[in-house]
Amino acid sequence: MNQPVLEISGLSVDYGYHDDAVHALRDVSLSLGRGEVLGLAGESGCGKSTLAYAATRLLPPPGLITGGEVLFHSRTGETLDLLRLPDDELRAARWDEIAIVFQGAMNSLNPVRRVGRQLTDVMAAHRPGVPMSVHKGRARELLGLVGIPADRMPAYPHQLSGGQRQRVMIAMALALDPQVVIMDEPTTALDVVTQRQIVERLIALRAELGFSVVFITHDVSLLIEMADRIAVMYAGRIVEDAPAAEIYAEPRHPYTRGLLGSFPPLRGPRRALSGIPGAPPDLASLPPGCAFAPRCPHAFARCEGERPELSGGRRLSACFLPADGPVAAVQGVAPVE
Amino acid sequence: MAETPPPPDDRVVLSARGLTKHFPVRKGLRRKAVRAVESVDLTLRRGSVVALVGESGSGKSTVARLLAMLHPATAGEVRLRGEPVSARFGRRFRAYCRQVQMIFQDPFASLNPVHTVRYILTRSLRIHHAGLSTPELTARLAGLLEQVHLTPPERYLDKFPHELSGGQRQRVSIARALGAGPSVLLADEPVSMLDVSIRLGVLNLLRELTTELDLAVLYITHDIASARYFADTTVVMYAGEIVESGDSEAVTQDPAHPYTRLLIASAPDPDRPGGDREIPARGEPPSLITPPPGCRFHPRCPQAMERCRTQAPPALPGPGGRAVACWLYDTEAPE
Ligand SMILES: Nc1ncnc2c1ncn2[C@@H]1O[C@H](COP(=O)(O)OP(=O)(O)O)[C@@H](O)[C@H]1O
Ligand SMILES: Nc1ncnc2c1ncn2[C@@H]1O[C@H](COP(=O)(O)OP(=O)(O)O)[C@@H](O)[C@H]1O
Ligand SMILES: [Mg+2]
Ligand SMILES: [Mg+2]
Repeated sequence: MNQPVLEISGLSVDYGYHDDAVHALRDVSLSLGRGEVLGLAGESGCGKSTLAYAATRLLPPPGLITGGEVLFHSRTGETLDLLRLPDDELRAARWDEIAIVFQGAMNSLNPVRRVGRQLTDVMAAHRPGVPMSVHKGRARELLGLVGIPADRMPAYPHQLSGGQRQRVMIAMALALDPQVVIMDEPTTALDVVTQRQIVERLIALRAELGFSVVFITHDVSLLIEMADRIAVMYAGRIVEDAPAAEIYAEPRHPYTRGLLGSFPPLRGPRRALSGIPGAPPDLASLPPGCAFAPRCPHAFARCEGERPELSGGRRLSACFLPADGPVAAVQGVAPVE
Repeated sequence: MAETPPPPDDRVVLSARGLTKHFPVRKGLRRKAVRAVESVDLTLRRGSVVALVGESGSGKSTVARLLAMLHPATAGEVRLRGEPVSARFGRRFRAYCRQVQMIFQDPFASLNPVHTVRYILTRSLRIHHAGLSTPELTARLAGLLEQVHLTPPERYLDKFPHELSGGQRQRVSIARALGAGPSVLLADEPVSMLDVSIRLGVLNLLRELTTELDLAVLYITHDIASARYFADTTVVMYAGEIVESGDSEAVTQDPAHPYTRLLIASAPDPDRPGGDREIPARGEPPSLITPPPGCRFHPRCPQAMERCRTQAPPALPGPGGRAVACWLYDTEAPE
């Protein structure tokens, strides 16, 4: 892979203390390549948002980072240690270098301020010396980029549709030309038609402006299509990390396999699917072995007592099954050409 | 009971004709209406699932609520086994409510948190079957839980909703609906709020119940891929109107209406990676207070013709026995 722009290693997060602590993130390592679209997939409650918040030090209490490191490598070759950076430098880096679109962000626009103003506010805060007319011009340009006519600048949030508000949030994230954009479920509340329009626009902008994206969603079928690489999370850990096409053609971890089998296909043969039996575990009382073992159709004795590490070369997976073992055999999907 | 002549298609349980709902709203000083549902025809048959698919705001829930008699209709008619249902009170209406049960999207909201599963199901059984003896009741309770695969029943009877997972809660809502002994289930986005990995388990259960109990099921969803998986018939709604309906496989594999094509082209499809696909339309759904004249889709339609701007298309026969509300399928059209 080319030089990463963001490197997360061994990141762990608890909510609460001592015995009651919810271990929401456990020893998570992940790297984002320059210009890459990395998909972060997993069911609700597996820790995706926690990862986004922790990596940018925006974790709300009682969230506590209990270990790990997050490094950001800028275009100029400078490295920032995000978890140890002084607050003011971190705040500056946050919009400038790394921008975040939070889950449900479209509802966090200020309802009594025109959207154009909200865009210029962000720019004025980070580029105080620049004249307002320049910010206004940039705001128009940004709205155009995300597919909103510039004459919507004076609109209030309630005068825009959900899809348009979400586009404004994306425009805001891109305002200071960041190198990394983290998007937490940016299209989950939107209809598929709007989702498609926004995703297409995002991918086109990525090519045009050259930023990297962490795209968080529970919809792995969307990621297969749009992401370069996908990291699959389960119960606070990454269980598989591989190029999107390979995850689809040949999932290694039984959870990934189950997740893919939870989305009925729109094309191809119609066949019975079952999803995954059972329910995701309680993070406050996890089993000692593999957290997925209780739901896993391939679990054997070792899985109950010992936890598999995320390992492998270019393709990572946290499972004791051999890479060409039962998971690959059972599903009978064609290997990648 | 046998006063009515048998309907022509004896598998038809519930049918709606010209179902319309306008919600009055005030905009400034003027009275206006949200034209949420416009002249919808729908037929539910025993042992069969009909999916009602559309974007949010297209009127799906309103259709379900009209069928469940939770809203009075502005116009149109609903028939249960051929008998018109009009009054929203009285014995006939109570019988209707027993026959036509609804399942809601949010099992958190639809189950009272202060009651146990036992209480919730007992209530449903008692309301709909007065005079059950205690042993009968106990047997029925266990039977209901077994039907939704919450076994052994004793493990669940004394649990409160918050002690159950989302999937288990939704199974309890289904059991509660079955407690009435219905012939029709109206399921409004029954799996949208559940964890992805357990959605299919609930849909598979509903499929099994449809067959075993010979139920007529309306499955409301915004996910057309799940309609293909689960439903025999798929009905597509846009801006309050039905634009296409027919066999699910035909509708999803060979969409006829330009809006259905847009919906299918927009849906995530892992088999077509790359993102550079042809999306056949742009824009957003219209206001339902002042919907466009003619076909409500015409402002976004790449194939819109002159007449689409003024004349609303009726349901026309489309390919493979489908009904398509689009002038492209008007065989008598002057060229
Ligand atoms: N403020 C909080 N207090 C306690 N637990 C929390 C809090 N926020 C999240 N959690 C727990 O942490 C886990 C991960 O949550 P989250 O990161 O939001 O998951 P995701 O984004 O994948 O849905 C969940 O089990 C959730 O219950
Ligand atoms: N009680 C109501 N009063 C006014 N408007 C309503 C009411 N219920 C629904 N609507 C409107 O009717 C339209 C259809 O809504 P709904 O049936 O909920 O759509 P869907 O279920 O497809 O998302 C929407 O524009 C909605 O705002
Ligand atoms: Mg989240
Ligand atoms: Mg609805």
